[in-house]
Amino acid sequence: MSTIKRDYVRPVDFKHGRIDMTHGSGGRAMAQLIEELFARAFDNEFLAQGNDGALLPPPGGRLVMATDSHVITPLFFAGGDIGSLAVHGTINDVAVSGARPLYLSAGFILEEGFPLADLKRIVESMAAAARAAGVPIVTGDTKVVEKGKGDGVFITTTGVGVVPEGLRLSGANARPGDAILLSGTIGDHGVAIMSQRENLSFETTIQSDSAALHTLTAAMLEAVPTIRCLRDPTRGGLATTLNEIARQSGVGMMLREADIPVRPEVDAACEFLGLDPLYVANEGKLVAICPPESAAALLAVMRAHPLGTAAALIGSVHADEHHFVQMETAFGGRRVVDWLTGEQLPRIC
Amino acid sequence: MKYIAEYRDGTLARDIADRIAAEARPGRTYSLMEFCGGHTHAISRYGLKDLLPPAINMVHGPGCPVCVLPIGRIDNAIELAMQHGAIVCTYADTMRVPASGGLSLMKAKARGADIRMVYSAADALRIAQENPERQVVFFAIGFETTTPPTALVIKGAQAAGLKNFSVFCNHVLTPAAITHILESPEVRELGLVPLDGFIGPAHVSTIIGSQPYEYFAEEYAKPVVIAGFEPLDVMQAILMLVRQLNEGRAEVENEFTRAVTPEGNAKAKTLVADVFELRKTFEWRGLGEVPYSALKIKAAYADYDAEARFGIRYQSVPDNKACECGAILRGVKKPTDCKVFGTVCTPENPLGSCMVSSEGACAAHYTYGRFKDVPVKAA
Repeated sequence: MSTIKRDYVRPVDFKHGRIDMTHGSGGRAMAQLIEELFARAFDNEFLAQGNDGALLPPPGGRLVMATDSHVITPLFFAGGDIGSLAVHGTINDVAVSGARPLYLSAGFILEEGFPLADLKRIVESMAAAARAAGVPIVTGDTKVVEKGKGDGVFITTTGVGVVPEGLRLSGANARPGDAILLSGTIGDHGVAIMSQRENLSFETTIQSDSAALHTLTAAMLEAVPTIRCLRDPTRGGLATTLNEIARQSGVGMMLREADIPVRPEVDAACEFLGLDPLYVANEGKLVAICPPESAAALLAVMRAHPLGTAAALIGSVHADEHHFVQMETAFGGRRVVDWLTGEQLPRIC
Repeated sequence: MKYIAEYRDGTLARDIADRIAAEARPGRTYSLMEFCGGHTHAISRYGLKDLLPPAINMVHGPGCPVCVLPIGRIDNAIELAMQHGAIVCTYADTMRVPASGGLSLMKAKARGADIRMVYSAADALRIAQENPERQVVFFAIGFETTTPPTALVIKGAQAAGLKNFSVFCNHVLTPAAITHILESPEVRELGLVPLDGFIGPAHVSTIIGSQPYEYFAEEYAKPVVIAGFEPLDVMQAILMLVRQLNEGRAEVENEFTRAVTPEGNAKAKTLVADVFELRKTFEWRGLGEVPYSALKIKAAYADYDAEARFGIRYQSVPDNKACECGAILRGVKKPTDCKVFGTVCTPENPLGSCMVSSEGACAAHYTYGRFKDVPVKAA
């Protein structure tokens, strides 16, 4: 019988505790945080291997890999938080590449002094989002930076997925005549975030649209395998995404403003702030480009899915050596829908 | 959206457009200046020109608060932050205006200057209260619309006894600028800028009322129609101007009756008169020195005047030689007349101020209308 007493380990104080430098030092404190928080919340067979990397079975097809870093203020917002957003964002990047997402990794950069209660809330929200999506977080990393050198928490997630044989989606595939479809209302995420920023205190009921789109993309690709391109219009909004595709494919586009769905609350908030919903971020919407003859079938599939009930046919692709994205305004005129310039800033007058 | 969609109704717009086309006299053009950047923006964003008959020639005016701010004033604001270590609070649009030495407020911020974007003057006052150990300067710019809020924070700072708050005042006046344009040789003698009438300011007029424009209508025999910033407002104002010109009238008419009265906002005007007085002269970008065209803080409030507190000296800085902002702001040239438009000067890397704000004539045309300059092939 050993005479050495077993260590007493004080449980992590998730109520009042805060991140300190020891949580990133590689010592016991870090191991304990990983064990009591991350491993417990994300719990899956691959993470449980407990090694430096997760050993995964052969995926059986071409792989897609995507990564996304998440920095957001505020960390918690109507309709989600940085944790659920980090899961949805990367799943969506994998999904719009035509892949079925399989695994995620998560890297955390924590700022000294960050409340453990908030970290727990974020990690549990990530775990719930990953579980709901059926995509496990199989490996991860935690680092701590000194106070003032971070903004609470930054999360980088990487996802891998497998693409069905023969499928080749690309932003370079759009052809003159193609139809442009949008899965729902634009601007919800950006306006939800902006309405909660501390120096902008107006109250709205607008929720972020943050959602994992892989079941929607799967249904769309099954019904219409001839889809040319899928993209999720996040930062820079719908306008920026369409300009990217137009440039990549070497084509022009013509949109119909009246057919682009915007919630009245979002429209009102944008009006008030001098913003344009076309440039406001989304986290649960996608743009699809398909041959004209498939447009009706694709729209029907999108509308039948819970994340695409407000889907709409918003315009078409045409030949244009200048790669302009243009729009017939609801007013009856025509205008360019240009790239976002700098940051979207409110007007004065 | 309630009470917004109504002013953007496409069917109604086509009705007005048909009436304008029917009433415009054959063989004559109607050159109308929209003074305000807000109108310029609406014309471009909603594609109004596509609805108007060719007889209507819209001339962009200088009413873009960011565009008329001379380089030297931005330099002063950067100096406040970099040399004096003050927190400089500013409206967003001014962040990207090019200053001397390849700087802008945004670039100065990246070099460590503490420059903060605010949505209202009251936010600047709050920042001063939250940072008692720092000097906080509100970089006040804009026409009569943004002046009353500045007056309010100066009074608020005095009432709260704040020692660390001041205002760098750059407020300018609309009527002085219109007079200056009408007096300019290009309009009066050379006839380079045909000007038949004005679409009068929307938000500015809610403060100053419609009376100040009576002078132009009478003295210069130019009709003025005050109009809101919605596209239907602009269409209706154009129709009203065409009718005045056809009937040989030169009157001040008010299309924007839902917000503008002849007298304006008496309370706001009193507040402004209490805190500010006229500057003898002020440099406008594009227009040069314009007499009695701007405001300064009265001696009674000198404690809150950043120019006095920090000993700010104004130094005029000439525009880039290739930049045509000056001529564009006076209505002499169009953005496409400028050699650097869309080449060296783009919204990403603006050379001149007209390319910065979305209300600037160059930015509006680049962002919304430049497809008109090239033939676009249909599918």
